[in-house]
Amino acid sequence: MAKSKPRVKVPKTATVGEVITIKTLISHKMESGLRKGKDGNLIPRQIINKFTAEFEGQQIFAVDIDPAISANPFLEFTMKVPGPGEFTFTWVDDDGSVYTTKSKLKIG
Amino acid sequence: MKLNRREALALGAGALFVTLTPFRGGALANTTDEEIKAFTGGATVMEDDVVSLTAPEIAENGNTVPIGVSIDSPMTADNYVKRVRILADGNPRPAVATMHFSPLSGSAEANTRMRLAKTQNIIAIAELSDGTYHMAKAAVKVTIGGCGG
Repeated sequence: MAKSKPRVKVPKTATVGEVITIKTLISHKMESGLRKGKDGNLIPRQIINKFTAEFEGQQIFAVDIDPAISANPFLEFTMKVPGPGEFTFTWVDDDGSVYTTKSKLKIG
Repeated sequence: MKLNRREALALGAGALFVTLTPFRGGALANTTDEEIKAFTGGATVMEDDVVSLTAPEIAENGNTVPIGVSIDSPMTADNYVKRVRILADGNPRPAVATMHFSPLSGSAEANTRMRLAKTQNIIAIAELSDGTYHMAKAAVKVTIGGCGG
């Protein structure tokens, strides 16, 4: 399948204590396992089943995903800024692939 | 072995039945009530104003329906929202997602996009750090279902 490409939108700078909004999206077909192909057989399930967002090793937000989430899963959530640091966003695919992207946050 | 017309038809019908059976079994494996019970462990769920669930009244395309949850919580270390379970009672499988929040979240708000097979209710149940469960429901009319087929 086409390679999944994660995209993340986070502010580059923020003030301590501010609640920032983070938007993430990953290109993925999210095959539900309930659809039938042209040959009449079920297409095997292949979805992103887990998403986690961490800041400096501490979990901000995580989602256990079921097949009812749309293709190209989009997630928007918030974080209260504790200080400068680095975000780590991780997506886990049913086939075992793990997609990771990082982003830095400055104070100012 | 030689097949006559009658035997060939019977064989075809049998094969069709075998193909359809696992799909039906899987689709009915978990009901919404079972999912709620599995999430709360049988605890009482309060239907009040704590959880607000944002969803369109009418979704033209069931493949991608924007939904949002927002829970009234100060999100401090000793009073925050732990988890939110999202269910859709009319989908072949009601499970949609489980969101895990933390005090670092700052606010218990999240948005995503989901699939809806037909007109139905979306249910969001939040588990707070004090052990209480709160629920919100939203009815969505779906013009074109989003489960393919």
